[in-house]
Amino acid sequence: MSEVLVVVEATREFGVKKVTCEMLTLARELGTPSAVVLGGAGAADALSAKLGEYGAEKIYAAEGEQIDGYLVAPKATVVADLVKRVQPAAVLLASSQEGKEIAARLAVKLDNGILTDVVALAADGTATQVAFAGSTIVTSKVTRGLPLVTVRPNSVTPAPAAATPAVEQLTVTVSDTDKLAKVVDRVAEQKGSRPELTEAGVVVAGGRGVGNADNFKLVEELADLLGGAVGASRAAVDSGFYPHQFQVGQTGKTVSPQLYVALGISGAIQHRAGMQTSKTIVAVNKDGEAPIFELADFGVVGDLFKVVPQAAEEIRKRK
Amino acid sequence: MNIVVLVKQVPDSGADRNLRSDDNTVDRGSANNVINEMDEYAIEEALKIKEAHGGEVTILTMGPDRATESIRKALSMGPDKAVHVVDDALHGSCAVATSKVLAAALGQLNADLVLCGSESTDGRVQVMPHMLAERLGVAALTGARKLTVDGGTLTVERQTEEGYEVVTATTPAIVSVWDTINEPRYPSFKGIMAAKKKPVQTLSLADLGVAADEVGLAGATSVVVEHSKRPPRSGGAKVTDEGSGGVQLVEFLATEKFV
Repeated sequence: MSEVLVVVEATREFGVKKVTCEMLTLARELGTPSAVVLGGAGAADALSAKLGEYGAEKIYAAEGEQIDGYLVAPKATVVADLVKRVQPAAVLLASSQEGKEIAARLAVKLDNGILTDVVALAADGTATQVAFAGSTIVTSKVTRGLPLVTVRPNSVTPAPAAATPAVEQLTVTVSDTDKLAKVVDRVAEQKGSRPELTEAGVVVAGGRGVGNADNFKLVEELADLLGGAVGASRAAVDSGFYPHQFQVGQTGKTVSPQLYVALGISGAIQHRAGMQTSKTIVAVNKDGEAPIFELADFGVVGDLFKVVPQAAEEIRKRK
Repeated sequence: MNIVVLVKQVPDSGADRNLRSDDNTVDRGSANNVINEMDEYAIEEALKIKEAHGGEVTILTMGPDRATESIRKALSMGPDKAVHVVDDALHGSCAVATSKVLAAALGQLNADLVLCGSESTDGRVQVMPHMLAERLGVAALTGARKLTVDGGTLTVERQTEEGYEVVTATTPAIVSVWDTINEPRYPSFKGIMAAKKKPVQTLSLADLGVAADEVGLAGATSVVVEHSKRPPRSGGAKVTDEGSGGVQLVEFLATEKFV
């Protein structure tokens, strides 16, 4: 079977992101998965055990300052060279900002079609996408070149399949044009023990009804009890209750967790755009007419400042 | 500084949106078409840079005739002029072909800085800045929440999952912005009147030296095979809190095995 390249997403501390395991699982359906590690020195060694656990038969690695010190252009050059050499059956990247950006450059370099936000991919290259705020299901195909696909997190259930990958360090020649956008600093913010928003199995989100930034502690508390990530509606972010990187909706993140808990969120169409493919949705809102209840599998009409603390207490009791 | 802002007309994201049943492209005919909201932040940023450093702001739009409405709306915020790439053969163009056309247009405009929104609300594909950068051989600084211009040096703060990155490049360059970067101004009455008289140049594919079979449905690198409406979610149980709403919520979560 031919190779399927999976461009690895990892944290800066060399933790394999869940979406990478999902992509490797998907790649096994299409061919033989090879992981492509693009990052700081030592990345491949640090990541190889986990990549092998999910079935990577091979690891291609390009590491060091000339990969890591610039925005995506050098990474795209490395992957394009690799694609030309190994002629894979498909290239999978995460539907993250960086994944989409590498894919964008690959599409131009290889004069190849591109499909983003893919939730399923058949062996013949037919992809399923969810469009227009989750309202439309689209099946599509790359008609020029190989399937170049970015995969939306939480679309595939990751399943381990042990392999022992050999690591091949790639010789990297990065042109000056690829070094035009230089990363001069990286600043960590809001780092905590919570899972990343787009990857989390549970998301607890607060909206305008949360009232102020301080009250978001209530949202965080419930998220922590459920082992979830914290999200916020645009109204909450615009009001300064919570930082923008946690915004769910049309102009923020799209999430598709097992459980989405909407607290004080009315459910405007722009918010629904970011969350309505969640498996189970529950909502607490004092307005019984709020559109969020049209989506919710279970809804509580009531004051979230009474309902949420009681729910938190009940969860503690049951633990 | 010569600044070009990419503006796309999209179906209003606050209303029902559809794909056409005949050729699977976005149904723009029946939609309420508006400026892609993200692009308004790019226009505002361009105007702020012009106010601080001087120069000229040009709107660049590729789209059908009706995109003229969005171009006038964009001009009413304050840009100096616009270029509208319009050609029947463009209908159904994929992202790869679109980038070819926009790159050709940018090649004629000699921009120091190209600004755009981080994504369009219709496709949400987020690929255009890097596709253009790849074609033009310039830097792309994407996802800016802050942009500083110092002579020919650009510095952006770029939001990441783990915090932010500070990225620099020299002009010419492409910068895409998030909606956290500024607060777009509302067009004034004077601005709306002035916009009617601002020059809008139209360019065809022939003007750009791009062949018709490289774009549109004929030249598409990917194709929609079929599409359907997702069945709408139906609301489940809804209870009114009469003192035990929190417990009832957890009972539901327990039956679904989340607790």
